[in-house]
Amino acid sequence: MAFDPTTVRAEFPILAQSVNGRPLVYLDDAATTEKPRAVLDASRRYYEEINANIHRGTHHLARAATAAHEAARETVARHLNAAESAEVIFTAGTTDSINLVAAILTLAPGDEVLISALEHHSNIVPWQMLCERSGASLKVIPCHDDGTLDQNAFHALLSERTRLTAFTWISNAFGTVNPVREMIAAAKAAGSLVLVDAAQAIPHLAIDVQALGADFVAFSGHKVYAPTGIGVLWGKRAVLDALPPWRGGGEMIKEVTFEKTTYNELPFKYEAGTPNIEGAIALAAALDFVHGIGLEAIAVHEDKLIRRAAEGLSALDGVHLFGPSGRAGALSFGIRGVHHYDLGTLIDQMGVAVRTGHHCCQPLMARFGITGTTRASFAVYNTEAEVDALVAAVGKAVAMLR
Amino acid sequence: MSIADKQQEVLEELSFFPDWQERYEYVIGLGRKLPPMADALKTADRLIKGCQSQVWLDATVENGAVRFAADSDSVITKGMIALFVRVLDGETPDAILSADLSFIDRTGLKEHLAPTRANALNLMATQMKQRALELGTA
Repeated sequence: MAFDPTTVRAEFPILAQSVNGRPLVYLDDAATTEKPRAVLDASRRYYEEINANIHRGTHHLARAATAAHEAARETVARHLNAAESAEVIFTAGTTDSINLVAAILTLAPGDEVLISALEHHSNIVPWQMLCERSGASLKVIPCHDDGTLDQNAFHALLSERTRLTAFTWISNAFGTVNPVREMIAAAKAAGSLVLVDAAQAIPHLAIDVQALGADFVAFSGHKVYAPTGIGVLWGKRAVLDALPPWRGGGEMIKEVTFEKTTYNELPFKYEAGTPNIEGAIALAAALDFVHGIGLEAIAVHEDKLIRRAAEGLSALDGVHLFGPSGRAGALSFGIRGVHHYDLGTLIDQMGVAVRTGHHCCQPLMARFGITGTTRASFAVYNTEAEVDALVAAVGKAVAMLR
Repeated sequence: MSIADKQQEVLEELSFFPDWQERYEYVIGLGRKLPPMADALKTADRLIKGCQSQVWLDATVENGAVRFAADSDSVITKGMIALFVRVLDGETPDAILSADLSFIDRTGLKEHLAPTRANALNLMATQMKQRALELGTA
């Protein structure tokens, strides 16, 4: 079912503004998405109507807040097709989720963690820290010139030493969509635990964690129209039950004495302290918003935009597009003789917001011998007219810079 | 001409360009005119690594005056550097250390000094003063 982007757009108050005297063209959605009224209202209603600390009060508000928070967990679980909502752990975001997993795993010298060349720093550094702590080594699946992963090298790197394999579903830098099902199956067959970074996938693709077969899936709310500071770690119960708790504090305990503490069950075992209650509720509102439009319809719309941008930009002299043609979410490009920072600065003057630089993927940039790219990324509210505005602005900026 | 006078001159020149496009074309022009630094000088100790662009800064002292040479991979950054170099080059270490560089706020190009992550220009302004301090006490 197609939708009318103009109607959807009207749900996002922030998009109505002008920047430098021009209508805002926001194409930095892979960094963070703007928020629809339904999400803003959910945050506001929480504080106006039911704010209280959860899971402990005997009073009316505490019950209402707890119920809304746990209903949000159910919404996320349904969205992910999780076997049970207890497998949904609320975190601060993707980075927090990955750090949680890195903190609870115990590795030893000789063990290996396998990641990919496409990873964001948040899916590199926590594993490096784990390796430093444990004496395990970090291995990297290389990528081809078109920004896809070298699957042969991946299979060659998998061994009985591979204890954890972590890779992104969609590259934030290039928009590459990894063949995650096949990769998960191969890593599982090698006996490895698997974590999928779904930060970029969550706004663009349907995620069915049971069909996927990974052990962990991490994502951030703010990439899918929810506020910052809320995210999810989905983990298989059998795996999480066998792993130790992480942060200690309230909520994550069953019973505390000075001699010994027993820990709470999932998901509370990993949710020490008062959580981001409003964030969880707003995340559920965001997922409901996405379902109201339909993920498939959104994917079709974004695909149309990304192809139009690829076509328009390729027609400009000296433009090089990174990544394979079947991109999702983001389109990264470089222009001969033009520094990405100069380009981003000038098109910002024309009201166009894109991301320039290394996209927190310095090893990937080094692999391609570049210091950065210009990245346009797309969401449900972007329009073909905005894509055309991007292409026109880039053309004008290049003329100024050449 | 004092540093303050040179800053005033820069601001007056920029005031001829009320439109963003002309202002940036002027800065891009300045970037192009600033002589490129010899590759041999582009060493790690002269590199100021920003989040977006890289800047190389060299400072020497000649007859008590600090001579700056600088370069960047971004032409707009380089143009902004040219403004700093124009204002501070040839001044004594003391004059550089006491210079008020807030004139940049009034150029209409202020976004380049926004407190973003490791902004190369902010780092450069600090680094020019740092180099002047080292050369003054050497």
